[in-house]
Amino acid sequence: MKDISKSINKVDNEEKISGQAKYVADYKMDGMLYAMTKRSTIAKGEIVKIEYPELPEGYYIIDHKDVQGKNIIKVIFEDWPVFTDKQITYLYEPIMLVIGPDKSVIVDILDKIKITYKENKPIFEWTDSVIDYHFDKGQGNRAFDNVDKVIEHTYQTGYQEQAYIEPQGFIGYPEGEKTTLLGSIQCPYYVKNAVIQALGEKNENVRVIQAHVGGAFGGKEEYPSLIGCQLAVAVKKIKKPIKLIFEREEDMLVTTKRHPSKTNFKAAIKDNKIVGLKAHVSIDAGATIGLSGVVLSRALLAVSGAYTFDHLDVSGNVYRTNTVPNGAFRGFGAPQMFFAVDMFIEHVGKELGYNPLDFRQKLLVKQGDRTSTNGLFRDPVLMPEMIQKAIDESDYKNKIKKYSQEKNFKGIGMSLFFHGCGFTGSGEKNIIKAKVRLKKTKDDKVHILVAAVDMGQGIKTTFRKLIAHMLDLDIEKVVFNNPDTDFVPDSGPTVASRTMMIVGGLLARAAKEMKSRWVENDFTVEKEYEQPDYIEYDELHFVGDAYPAYSWGVNIVEVEVDPVTYQVYIKKSWSVYDVGKAIDEKIVMGQADGGLAQGLAYGYLEVMNHKDGKIMQKNMTDYIIPTAMDMSEMETYLFDNPYAFGPYGAKGVGELPLIGGPAAIAKAIENAIGKTVYKIPVTPEYIMELMNND
Amino acid sequence: MTEIKFKLNGKKQVIKSNPNRRLLDVLREDFDLTGSKEGCGEGECGACSVLLNGQIANSCCIPLANVDGQDIVTIEGFSKTKEYQVIKDSFAEAGGVQCGFCTPGMIIATQSLLNENPHPSDYEIKIGLSGNLCRCTGYNLIIKSVKLAAKDGDDLW
Repeated sequence: MKDISKSINKVDNEEKISGQAKYVADYKMDGMLYAMTKRSTIAKGEIVKIEYPELPEGYYIIDHKDVQGKNIIKVIFEDWPVFTDKQITYLYEPIMLVIGPDKSVIVDILDKIKITYKENKPIFEWTDSVIDYHFDKGQGNRAFDNVDKVIEHTYQTGYQEQAYIEPQGFIGYPEGEKTTLLGSIQCPYYVKNAVIQALGEKNENVRVIQAHVGGAFGGKEEYPSLIGCQLAVAVKKIKKPIKLIFEREEDMLVTTKRHPSKTNFKAAIKDNKIVGLKAHVSIDAGATIGLSGVVLSRALLAVSGAYTFDHLDVSGNVYRTNTVPNGAFRGFGAPQMFFAVDMFIEHVGKELGYNPLDFRQKLLVKQGDRTSTNGLFRDPVLMPEMIQKAIDESDYKNKIKKYSQEKNFKGIGMSLFFHGCGFTGSGEKNIIKAKVRLKKTKDDKVHILVAAVDMGQGIKTTFRKLIAHMLDLDIEKVVFNNPDTDFVPDSGPTVASRTMMIVGGLLARAAKEMKSRWVENDFTVEKEYEQPDYIEYDELHFVGDAYPAYSWGVNIVEVEVDPVTYQVYIKKSWSVYDVGKAIDEKIVMGQADGGLAQGLAYGYLEVMNHKDGKIMQKNMTDYIIPTAMDMSEMETYLFDNPYAFGPYGAKGVGELPLIGGPAAIAKAIENAIGKTVYKIPVTPEYIMELMNND
Repeated sequence: MTEIKFKLNGKKQVIKSNPNRRLLDVLREDFDLTGSKEGCGEGECGACSVLLNGQIANSCCIPLANVDGQDIVTIEGFSKTKEYQVIKDSFAEAGGVQCGFCTPGMIIATQSLLNENPHPSDYEIKIGLSGNLCRCTGYNLIIKSVKLAAKDGDDLW
């Protein structure tokens, strides 16, 4: 049997390249209306009075009074209203939809709606803690007793915007009793369950269908539930098809972003060695808590980085502020922590007089080591070989020595990292409970019935390939359409690097059974998630195995810094990843490049901030994502390290390649300028500050 | 309302419309040519790229009045050509497509570039693609796709 990793052409290449693939904005329906959102103009306060203009015929206003179910979006922590009834907690909070046939008339109505507010003083400082986590490993804080010294540093990360090229959007329409939504989404069942709750409807009366998704990166994980609920409320009342598509500016100003963070690290030093670590992480949730607790967890769980420490004292807080809610973004807390911890360990190594690479290599996680929560790294850890490969390919050792001596604004940096695959903690078992179906029809075709979304990561291809490979079928005989909740079971959201490992793992089990019953005609095999029985996790106390498996990575990045403008130029990067087993090498390479590009840009290029609660970058001109000119050649190598419960050994891929980018480029810049970096993005302004602080 | 005459995907068109409308909206709404996408609406992302007299242009920034007497080719029209076949195959082969939202624009950018410069260097490819944003690929495999197209379509441009 041929190696499954060998690449094939993606199944959706033809329709995407020719422009035939339909994204939500490309759909038109007879009698379709448009919806636009009226938003608050203050960051905190309450609505005192609303004055409405006379509405022309065929125009509607939909607000909280139309929400017949619960006026709260169903996500992990429920504190986000569908429409605010009175309280304003952030600037541009949605208050109502204005709906009608002509967009220019809608804009005119929006302008004429006068809202009077009673303003309160907004909170932008991180003072209102809404989540407070703490856990120890080993002796915890007691490891700091009787030490020789303590080394302390604080690291900061900024906002990051997903900047998918296709803005958020839905079309909603009635189908008899049913309210149906077609949208650009990662998680069809998140939207469906949220809409059921907001409409107070029966399960069978809500249908959610995925259109082609023009990029998501976490940005279409929970946010679509908000606008999906708003639109569903409107469709149910008006009984007409309605289209709600964000323009770029609206998308940038109001949708969720990566949580800004601040991480304080202390290392207890005895006999010139680290004998304990203490870390405190603060993240800014914005105005609603939503997924922030889970984001904080993922950050805390990564506290040791790719290293093992026996004694940890780990804590973190989620702060609520009167700013745009933050949410899911590829990496989900891990990029913030891996930046902080990988910088810190490098800095401590230097301060203790070691060669930082030797220092880090000695601390590396080995198979059988305990995780930060006393779980077990059960599977082989290939990091020493992976690091060696990256060093050899990049000539890292010679370059770093040369650049350190020459001091001519050239630099090279290396990051070491992992990503816990699947939902954090017992999420897969307790919250998601994934279910998949494979259906064989009379024409000997096999239909994959799952809610996984292809948002560019290629799951349409890799799932079909996986099943074709297992059943020894031509890929044309395997069918996998965009999920429609009327036809597919809830296999969980398309998030957390879980799709191939968890959903694909279940499909592989289903395929195995199907193969044994192949002589039968027209039958369905269903499989439900079962946690590997060795996995035990106590979510409350942060004890046990937080993830069933880990993917690993090494990034080396080489830069040049302009000595006059301090502009950073990426010269080349080398990456080595262990993702278990690639189901399609070319697709994994695409994830590797794209993830690293986002990670590097997070580290040096992408600036987003707010002033009095207003996001200051409102479009692609203000918010700089890389162009082809900014990026450079990327060399990537994959190490096979099959995981027992992944299909053909596959682990998570999607998030891993973003995580190491920030530390790698920050270290390369440190090497180039001979200064110590404590925050990202490392902009020319920050470099100037560092250079002037001699 | 003004009468505007232009060539669209090889066919003469005469439409009466508001001359201030964006070409992108006219293509998508009046002609159902939805291969040109709106990513930013301000000429920054290139998802709406079309060929205007053979050269790449952002259709979101072109008022309808400006296309009077001009020749417009969208991805739908371009996909009927031999050049398209080569570019399509090379993007598929090199892995230049992920979510696909920027892809029609990237194809147009590739055609515009190769038409002017059939054998671009890496640096020239980067310049040629610099008006088209992609958030999925990090451009590495798109640049490889363009190189492959230049090689495979040796005699076409």
